[in-house]
Amino acid sequence: MKIGIPKETYRGEKRVATTPEAAAQIMQLGFSVSIESGAGLNANISDADYQAVGVEVVADANSLWQQADIILKVRAPQSHRRLDIDEIASLHEGQTLISFIWPAQNEGLMQRLADKNATVLAMDSVPRMSRAQKMDALSSMANIAGYRAIVEAAQHFGRFFTGQITAAGKIPPAKVLVIGAGVAGLAAIGAAKGMGAIVRAFDTRPEVKEQIESMDAEFLMLDFKEEGSGVGGYAKTMSPEFIAAEMALFAEQAKEVDIIVTTALIPGKPAPKLITAEMVKSMKAGSVIVDLAAEQGGNCELTVKDRVAVEHGVTLIGYTNLPSRLANQSSQLYATNLRHLLTELCPGKNGVINVNMDDEVIRGATVIKEGKITWPPPPPTLSAAPAAKPAVTVPQAHAKEPQKPSVIKQLLPLLIGGLALFGIGAVAPESFMAHFTVFVLACFVGYQVIWNVTPSLHTPLMSVTNAISGIIVIGAIVQVSSPQVGLLAGLAVLIASINIAGGFLVTRRMLEMFRK
Amino acid sequence: MSHSLLTMSYIVAAILFILSLSGLSNPETSRRGNYYGMAGMAIAIIATAIAIAGAGNVYAVLIVAVLIGGTIGAILASRVAMTQMPELVAIMHSLVGMAAVLVGFANFMDSSINMTGSEKTIHEIEIYIGILIGAVTFSGSVIAFCKLSEKISGKPLLLPARHWFNLALLIGVFVLGGLFLQQTEGSEGSLPMLLLDHGGALPLLIMTLIALTFGVHMVMAIGGADMPVVVSMLNSYSGWAAAATGFMLSNDLLIVTGALVGSSGAILSYIMCRAMNRNFISVIAGGFGTASGGVAAAIEGEVQPIDADETASVLLAAKNIMIIPGYGMAVAQAQHTVYEITKFLREKGKKVRFGIHPVAGRMPGHMNVLLAEAKVPYDIVFEMEEVNEDFANVDVSIVIGANDIVNPSALDDPNSPIAGMPVLECWHGKTTIVLKRSMASGYAGVGNPLFVLENTRMLFGDANATMQAVLKALKG
Repeated sequence: MKIGIPKETYRGEKRVATTPEAAAQIMQLGFSVSIESGAGLNANISDADYQAVGVEVVADANSLWQQADIILKVRAPQSHRRLDIDEIASLHEGQTLISFIWPAQNEGLMQRLADKNATVLAMDSVPRMSRAQKMDALSSMANIAGYRAIVEAAQHFGRFFTGQITAAGKIPPAKVLVIGAGVAGLAAIGAAKGMGAIVRAFDTRPEVKEQIESMDAEFLMLDFKEEGSGVGGYAKTMSPEFIAAEMALFAEQAKEVDIIVTTALIPGKPAPKLITAEMVKSMKAGSVIVDLAAEQGGNCELTVKDRVAVEHGVTLIGYTNLPSRLANQSSQLYATNLRHLLTELCPGKNGVINVNMDDEVIRGATVIKEGKITWPPPPPTLSAAPAAKPAVTVPQAHAKEPQKPSVIKQLLPLLIGGLALFGIGAVAPESFMAHFTVFVLACFVGYQVIWNVTPSLHTPLMSVTNAISGIIVIGAIVQVSSPQVGLLAGLAVLIASINIAGGFLVTRRMLEMFRK
Repeated sequence: MSHSLLTMSYIVAAILFILSLSGLSNPETSRRGNYYGMAGMAIAIIATAIAIAGAGNVYAVLIVAVLIGGTIGAILASRVAMTQMPELVAIMHSLVGMAAVLVGFANFMDSSINMTGSEKTIHEIEIYIGILIGAVTFSGSVIAFCKLSEKISGKPLLLPARHWFNLALLIGVFVLGGLFLQQTEGSEGSLPMLLLDHGGALPLLIMTLIALTFGVHMVMAIGGADMPVVVSMLNSYSGWAAAATGFMLSNDLLIVTGALVGSSGAILSYIMCRAMNRNFISVIAGGFGTASGGVAAAIEGEVQPIDADETASVLLAAKNIMIIPGYGMAVAQAQHTVYEITKFLREKGKKVRFGIHPVAGRMPGHMNVLLAEAKVPYDIVFEMEEVNEDFANVDVSIVIGANDIVNPSALDDPNSPIAGMPVLECWHGKTTIVLKRSMASGYAGVGNPLFVLENTRMLFGDANATMQAVLKALKG
């Protein structure tokens, strides 16, 4: 089948849906690939680069849409008056479109696409499960957005990130607060850390504490018990009390930190307002807020979508196209995500896609199948953090707590041991008891000595005990002189000698190897 | 030599043995400890040999036997590869068991001992028990040797009614013991030359056969993953066999040494069982995972492969590296290559450590010996407890041929057959690279969710070959 990649028409969109590397791998699946001339220019990829791997370059968009069986795009299709392209109208029956769609926000678009009798796969609807991670374009884009957020902040922040002591005076390190430690938040933490800032992070989901700390950032604890994990590894809306406590924490932090990056999103809802105008006012002049939730209304009250605003001396960055501002990198990752999805769609590697609705990943991504709207998909059976899990493990953990053994059970071994000793003492002759004393004491000496042996020398311990248990040889020596059993005893001497010599020598060989 | 002097020599030998074992608390003192052990053994043998004051031909027999045995032992010790240590230890256990059986029979047939009353009865019981433990040790160790050297399959052999079978054998041992005591009662004073003419010989022989069968059956039923427990348990048995022989011969040195070895093996078994969160009884009862209740969670997800070049670049980017070796490293003989890589990375100023699980390998301390053989300094080799807290600071963990000891489901899946077993929690580190031949599950037959974790990469292939490739990529 023929895959076509048109140039993105959305204003300011610099990404492209495939790179030469990804295209080469897609062609290995049996597809032929053509691209609209100039599609990769904004991402620093020339037509010649595509041609070099065998991609056909088509001059105009309309003929590309006509020829292709599968269209790969970044942004959802749109009508563009100035360029005289109507991407939705260009979609024809039987064609397959793979791009970001956002079906929940774009009902009108969904209806128009469905009317075209086409099949549409939305990259934003790929289910969040471990098998689908390699196709998760949201995560790859969020990663870039988080990184870029710090770069944008650095651009507008008037100081160093890292602290320095120079001849011209001491420079304190910048303090960065990251709210929401999802993929974007963690990427922002990593980038800010890399530049030398002091990073703090907050998240309503307690399980991310470890991840934050693993990035060397400080996790801001809220002294409040409420689980913030929703289904699918996303956050959920919290109770009013929790939000009040959270806001108090942010108000306090706002006075102290220089840069705030907010990434708080709740699926299908407007972004929660976490940074009030008051807080912005309390920040030091020259501080920067990067609002990654600007598209969904912003986490800060004063954010202006797609603009850089300055309020009370604080720069508020509300860009919604951060991935596009790192176009080459995002194109690479997005193209790889698309390639993985195509690999799943084309298990036979014969250049023909099969939209297999029994496959959970493909089912989740497919929003329109041959003109029928199939969105939303049935709830996934497996979530990134299974919701039911805590309920299962908690009772188990209780059951595992050591049950207090009953008094009888504790005393029973002592009782049996005592009775056995009493029994032996009652019948055994005195000569036996002398040996028995030696035996019991030796057991205790052995117990004390062996616990002191370092675990790394357990193998030499075994071989040396092997050697000294060859002491049985003296039992055999005593009997060698007896005429009846001399042969038997001689054999025993021989065997035990193997043990003694072998054991000691191999122990020596091993111990010689243990060197600092 | 007077009796008191002999006893004094025995006391000196016993003290030297104890010093020998306590020397093993530290690699520094361990070498001296080994020489103490040799000295103790030499004193004991020479003193005994002088004390028997036998005729010239007796000494000739003795010297020939010691020379032949000693030569065989020395050849074995110098030729054995460090990866084969478990096999060597197992076969040496069997020799102690066999010696105990031989000494027991010799003692039984020796008519020069005259005892009466309860003293005689106790003596007979001592012979009986000594042979019993010796025979079980012998046959059990032979099977353990065969399993370790893969002459027979490592899978547990589970007979349908194996617990009843064991019980029947045990009852048989008791009944025969009674018969044995009865028959020996009436045979005082006679001096027969042939074994079967002795009173009680038949029950004794049958019991020996039963004990041999029991040893075979016991070890056959134990799975490969439990091998460290079996080896240390047989170590313990060989000690008890020596102690029982000591009682039989009224020899305190044998009793002391046997007790030392016996408790050593018992403690090792206990440590191994604790490291696998297994009950000693359930290990002995055999089979693996038969006792677990629910169904273990299936592993879902996809592994992310990595190649040697990428591994090398990951290693070069890391500061803090942990290497977790398992039995697979021993099989592939990769320890030398691993050390080459370690040396290279350490020269680059990286912190490289080894994390050793107590049951990694096929016997206690097996991995330490292999790493020592490859000249890895022992101060960068750490025990599980020492490093488990620290994984959050580790950039890259390399798991070489290990599986169950790095299985997260031991901690979070209560239905897993290895639930509750302490494991090396390498998944807390930033990246884990797992070297594996294929996606087969470990000895416990349990799937490992570690392999599909987001921060895990799989490097497939023979451990030595892939490590060589990584080394080349590092240097190139």
